[in-house]
Amino acid sequence: MKTIVIIGATSALAQSIAKIHAAEQHRLLLVGRNEPRLDLIAQDLSVRGAKQCEVYCLDLADTDKHGPLWEHVYQKFPKPDIVYIAHGVLPDQQVCQGSYQQTLASLQVNALSVISLLTELANRMETDKHGQIVVISSVAGDRGRKSNYVYGTAKATISTFLQGLRNRLYDSNVSVTTVKPGFIDTPMTADFEKGALWATPDQVASDIVKGVGKNRNVIYTPPIWFFIMAIIKAIPELLFKRLSL
Amino acid sequence: MASQFSSWGRYPQLEQRGIYLNWADEGLPENGESLLPFGMGRSYGDSCLNTDGLVLATSHMNRFLSFDETNGILKCEAGVTLAEIIDLALPRGWFPPVTPGTKYVTLGGAIANDVHGKNHHKDGTFGHHVSRFELLQSSGERIICSEQDNAELFYATIGGLGLTGLITWAEIRLKPVESAFMDVETIRFDNLQAFKTLSDESSSSHLYTVAWVDCQATGEKMGRGLFMRANHATDPANSKDKFEPASAKKLNVPFVFPQGVLNTFTIKNFNRLYYGKQLQHFSKSRDHYDKYFYPLDAITNWNRIYGPRGFFQYQFLVPHEDYAAIEEALGIIAKSGAGSFLAVLKEFGDIPSVGMLSFPRPGVCLALDFPNQGESTLALLQQLDDLVVAAKGAVYPAKDARMAPEAFAAYFPRAGEFSKYVDPRFSSNFWRRVQGNSQ
Ligand SMILES: Cc1cc2nc3c(=O)[nH]c(=O)nc-3n(C[C@H](O)[C@H](O)[C@H](O)COP(=O)(O)OP(=O)(O)OC[C@H]3O[C@@H](n4cnc5c(N)ncnc54)[C@H](O)[C@@H]3O)c2cc1C
Ligand SMILES: NC(=O)c1ccc[n+]([C@@H]2O[C@H](COP(=O)([O-])OP(=O)(O)OC[C@H]3O[C@@H](n4cnc5c(N)ncnc54)[C@H](OP(=O)(O)O)[C@@H]3O)[C@@H](O)[C@H]2O)c1
Repeated sequence: MKTIVIIGATSALAQSIAKIHAAEQHRLLLVGRNEPRLDLIAQDLSVRGAKQCEVYCLDLADTDKHGPLWEHVYQKFPKPDIVYIAHGVLPDQQVCQGSYQQTLASLQVNALSVISLLTELANRMETDKHGQIVVISSVAGDRGRKSNYVYGTAKATISTFLQGLRNRLYDSNVSVTTVKPGFIDTPMTADFEKGALWATPDQVASDIVKGVGKNRNVIYTPPIWFFIMAIIKAIPELLFKRLSL
Repeated sequence: MASQFSSWGRYPQLEQRGIYLNWADEGLPENGESLLPFGMGRSYGDSCLNTDGLVLATSHMNRFLSFDETNGILKCEAGVTLAEIIDLALPRGWFPPVTPGTKYVTLGGAIANDVHGKNHHKDGTFGHHVSRFELLQSSGERIICSEQDNAELFYATIGGLGLTGLITWAEIRLKPVESAFMDVETIRFDNLQAFKTLSDESSSSHLYTVAWVDCQATGEKMGRGLFMRANHATDPANSKDKFEPASAKKLNVPFVFPQGVLNTFTIKNFNRLYYGKQLQHFSKSRDHYDKYFYPLDAITNWNRIYGPRGFFQYQFLVPHEDYAAIEEALGIIAKSGAGSFLAVLKEFGDIPSVGMLSFPRPGVCLALDFPNQGESTLALLQQLDDLVVAAKGAVYPAKDARMAPEAFAAYFPRAGEFSKYVDPRFSSNFWRRVQGNSQ
């Protein structure tokens, strides 16, 4: 039996991940900002088989609250086996272009709050010499595009941060997994037209849990995104800057 | 271009707008548009469509809320499917109390059509196994309904075609089973009289009974078919695998087929059974529940096999004593040559349905598909409607895309009483049509 902490647990993707772990009868701690919804998810996971399911509520953008969060987590689950970080927002690119404040607010949630969480978590896991860190980044961080580069900047920031962290924690037996999903049909993307490349949260979650089981460093999911991004990254900047992607 | 919200018969093909509800606490959209809940779209016609407004898709509202494993009482959100319920509950010894011929229906959809299964003669309809649910109405009110509380709204909502509001969660009583397997007997019969005898003699010995009838047979052979009766296996041979899960492997029909392919497929299958192993008249097998209850689910999107114009399903029942009406209908269908090769025939039991608009009632029920060939198909179905009205029978709204207001009124005598419970903001294409309000 494992102890698993899921931060951003009300996300559709996080719920799908949690369902898989619940069926494996692990212990779960769910972290998010909406208590009634966290409770609802906890009920679901308990029915599905979770050995124990606790919730903790805070606004993750408020980094001052991260210390008490880890305090609580480590008190409940002294040596967590896996910690997922999944929260995020998709800012309106147009709005951000007109407002540094909006850009900052989205970077605060998508990048800085994640860095803050990881700073303390990494130190604790390094001391324990135990644990697995899994963070949901995005293919959007692989190359900046005019349609969503503010979001992409945050994801690129955490992907790079995680690379360094993986390198640092290697000697401490702590594994770090960067997840780069493509398009997922979730509330975040409710208003988008859906086409053939779109995946369900359940599909993506299954890829993630399998990859985490193999201590993978980077998971592109669905796997086709590895190839798509290889091509996108290979396009020379001279040409890329003229494209509308 | 079919929209992402379409009904199973792919007729009528209309552009349907909709939104996904992710949380029961979200409330309903407040823009004043007309609303209709939408589950898995496994209804064939237009009862799950509302092109004057929005559909509210519930499939993301699929959380389990509690499960009393000792008594088999399960509470979950309305978007949970029977497939998800089986995956969860079967390993713990429980099965849906009533199941339609596909497991890809939601709990909300199963209640709103008060669905029936092959165990109708013993267990009644789905509504008999619902203890309570929460109904969210456009006023913002959340009403807990059960036989004790708000009973009228409870009976209006069971079989209420999604018109009374949105069911957010429901609590149902599951059926205890000892394995994932079914003991099935298949028996050949030569005419409807023989079918009736088999139905009568099996009704106490077997929990599940149903038959396939050859719809192209005429004269002497009319009404010939295969009778299938089954019980849940109680002595699973291998206790380790007794709750073996369904295989996840599915075939898919990735595109819309030219018409005519399906008949060739079913004819072959039927003849193989009827003339092949069935020569012995009687055969026994032990089948996995997935194969027994859900053979069509093995082919994802099998409805596309009927081609771009879609198809109708026609399901009707007539009172027990009126086998003459079934015979007459079979005659009309065989003569037209327009129906599917096989029809499903089932003798319903006498347990009264609880819903004001529930379709099941004492009688004998026939269901078959008709590829859409335009006017001629519509005329044929009208001819069948005339027959069913005269026989004081009923046609199943979940499978309907064309019945006239007069026919609806004849089939559902409690419709007037029901309409008092319709939420003013909820409507459907079906409802407007049978009320005579569609353009
Ligand atoms: C292969 C196949 C076999 C079938 N066999 C049978 C059978 O044997 N017996 C039988 O009875 N039926 C059968 N059906 C029909 C099917 O069981 C019903 O149409 C069922 O209601 C579909 O459920 P759904 O979740 O897809 O709902 P939908 O088709 O999406 O909606 C059905 C109705 O339920 C309402 N609804 C959905 N969710 C809610 C909610 N949360 N609150 C309020 N109203 C709601 C909708 O507004 C609509 O009126 C079969 C269908 C197929 C495709
Ligand atoms: N959907 C995609 O196509 C896609 C693609 C690549 C990567 N991703 C990433 O996948 C992750 C999961 O997103 P999703 O697609 O599952 O979308 P989602 O369902 O909208 O989930 C986003 C979650 O983040 C939470 N959140 C946002 N700000 C928060 C804050 N300040 N404090 C606490 N929680 C906060 C939200 O909580 P509330 O419910 O309380 O609002 C919500 O549960 C995100 O990191 C996203 O960037 C998504």
